[in-house]
Amino acid sequence: MSAELGQISLILALVLAALLSVLPLVGAQRGNEALMKLAPSLAIGQFVFLAGAFAALAVAFLRHDFTVSYVAMHSNLLLPWYYRLSAVWGSHEGSLLLWMLLLGGWMLAVAAFSRSVPRPFTARVLSVMGMISVGFLLFILFTSNPFERILPGPIDGRDLNPLLQDVGMIFHPPLLYMGYVGFAVAFAFAIAGLIGGKVERNWVRWSRPWTLAAWSFLTFGIALGSWWAYYELGWGGWWFWDPVENASFIPWLIGTALIHSQAVTEKRGAFPAWTVLLSIAAFSMSLLGTFLVRSGVLTSVHAFANDPERGLFILVFMGIVTGGALTLYALRAPRIMTGEGFDWVSRESALLLNNVFFTVSAAMVLLGTLYPLIIDFMGWGQISVGPPYFGAMFILLMTPVVLLVPLGPLTRWKRDGFMRVVRPLATAAIVSIVAALLVCAWLESWSLRAVTGWIGGFWLIGGAATFGLRTARASRSGLARHQWGMVLAHAGAGVFLIGAAMVEAHTFERDVRIAPGETVEAAGYRFTLHEVVEVKGPNWRADEARFSIHRGDREITRMAPQKRHYHRGGQTMTQVALKPGVFRDLYVAMGEELGESGAWSIRVHIKPFVRWIWGGAVLIGLGGLIAASDRRYRGKRKARESAPAAAEATA
Amino acid sequence: MTPTRKKRLAIVALLVLGVGAAAAVAFTALNDNMLYFVSPTDVHAAAAPEDKQIRLGGLVAAGSVQRDPDSLSVRFTVTDGRHDVPVSFEGILPDLFREGQGVIAHGRLNQDGHFHANEVLARHDENYMPPEVMKSLESAGHPPEASKQ
Repeated sequence: MSAELGQISLILALVLAALLSVLPLVGAQRGNEALMKLAPSLAIGQFVFLAGAFAALAVAFLRHDFTVSYVAMHSNLLLPWYYRLSAVWGSHEGSLLLWMLLLGGWMLAVAAFSRSVPRPFTARVLSVMGMISVGFLLFILFTSNPFERILPGPIDGRDLNPLLQDVGMIFHPPLLYMGYVGFAVAFAFAIAGLIGGKVERNWVRWSRPWTLAAWSFLTFGIALGSWWAYYELGWGGWWFWDPVENASFIPWLIGTALIHSQAVTEKRGAFPAWTVLLSIAAFSMSLLGTFLVRSGVLTSVHAFANDPERGLFILVFMGIVTGGALTLYALRAPRIMTGEGFDWVSRESALLLNNVFFTVSAAMVLLGTLYPLIIDFMGWGQISVGPPYFGAMFILLMTPVVLLVPLGPLTRWKRDGFMRVVRPLATAAIVSIVAALLVCAWLESWSLRAVTGWIGGFWLIGGAATFGLRTARASRSGLARHQWGMVLAHAGAGVFLIGAAMVEAHTFERDVRIAPGETVEAAGYRFTLHEVVEVKGPNWRADEARFSIHRGDREITRMAPQKRHYHRGGQTMTQVALKPGVFRDLYVAMGEELGESGAWSIRVHIKPFVRWIWGGAVLIGLGGLIAASDRRYRGKRKARESAPAAAEATA
Repeated sequence: MTPTRKKRLAIVALLVLGVGAAAAVAFTALNDNMLYFVSPTDVHAAAAPEDKQIRLGGLVAAGSVQRDPDSLSVRFTVTDGRHDVPVSFEGILPDLFREGQGVIAHGRLNQDGHFHANEVLARHDENYMPPEVMKSLESAGHPPEASKQ
């Protein structure tokens, strides 16, 4: 029963989305208040029906309704309830429903928190988002319906992919999608601005908190995915430059450029056309990411069983969205006003450089990701691009960024002197080099990567601190939230850099054969295997290896990695044992049993500072959220340029 | 030309130069890191480059996996139904490595047609078949059963 309710809810959501994409827009063009006022109600209605559809699917999972084919494919009687719930977005159909629900959620938020924005503008924004909704709802209903029945239903279902039976997987897709979908808001604001015909500073101010929030969620989502891959895939890497990872990283890079170019456009009115273009690009790249993941055109460790028809649909949809947006841009861009000029040394120039490096990086990742497709399409053979390409290019492009980041915030708008900017950073520069050398001496790690990583990391943190202290001293009220956010995010980048450099430079990795009673030595740690026993879980049984780990004479910890065998589907999965630490992780994964001797192949890693990678990413994301919550983006602004907007909103 | 225009021109010129340089570096790096995909039939036809890192894809031949009980060495055969390539690997195989299933191995081919893998690729989903492997199996006349669901 619930499946039919879900299906009906989806159709009703589609009807409301269709109305939303037309009526408020017409109202805004004709100045019809009544039609414009429909926008928030339609957005709320759409969200309610989407939530209903989502709940219906969740209920089908919780109640083991195996007549719903999606449930039968991805759940079974033994699956614990929390994984049955996360199985809702565990595969294609349901994850699209989640995508849609989150889009509905963002629309609800836009409808609720846009009191300070003039009504015609909100109406246009919600209409544009309504159009996106229509596209995705059609996609779900026609190619990926999660409510399809099979009658008679099987007695028991198959299984949720064991890799997804994990707490990281419960949160990773929702966060990542919050980011992906959130860029639809920035996109809609830009399009609404273009439709309205007067792209000016105001739309950028209204758009900024949304863009920042979306970008923060994307940051969290990517970090969580990296952490999940680290402990769940059993090979201990944190980033693989895999096509699907790239698909989420490209929008992130564009988004990073966008939040910085928005700052210039809002404050100085410079690069308005560029900001519009980036808003369009960020969402288009999110759609491209969805296409790459869902169509399966690329070989990827992430690729799931797939369907070319779906890929085609998304590709066409992407063509319409991007093509339509760019056409509108071409028609309206000449009318976009340009801001005041600026000097070589100025905040504008600094942020321009940021944009150049981040968009070129995005283009570089995009090129490497799509290159195999291009080569294949031209009939030149089947190739893939190795991770060293991405690694080398990324280091090349990000080195100048690391050097320049501390300079940017200290530079004045419009015109500044180079020495005036550099002087206050002299302390930070000296301190970061000395501190880095001291740390490296203490850790006895003298590789080029480690040393430059520490210097770069301390330089970023020191630069952020310098800006924070100077600003706090200069103003009586201390740092504003958006400044706090920036300080935190830039320092977070430093923390991330240190983690990444240390892991890449000094990871200890060994695959060995070990029998009970034997000991493996790894970077000063001794791993002793005591026994391999069989243990049971709710829907699996496992071989569990019991290790004790000694350093010197002291036992540090015990570790118990598992090799799990899932009852349904018969899949095998490696469950890594981890001993996390601020300065290093111990990591043991089981390979397979070697012959009858009771010996196993195991993988031992010592990962220095690996937590700093995700810690840094979390700081970056938190910085974004704190900046998004700044009061200057909300409510009535006292500043001169938004006075008419406020008047209009209260009218 | 006004000073503003001059400055703009300079900025644009710099940008074009920078992006051009970046593109040149990118394409060089791309060509250095390209991994060619080969099927067992390509290997047999001597169409695969020797002593260069390549990707070999196909099915793990049934009954071909041999494990050395005293080390981490594994030998198996990759087949596309028409031709076989013997593969040796030292290390831990991914969880979804099975006889009769699709596999992609990274490594080098030596002169007598033996493939030394340094990486055997894992997948996330047991129903998933890498598109290259699908194509090569189809062209060898052996579309895999597993991919039809």
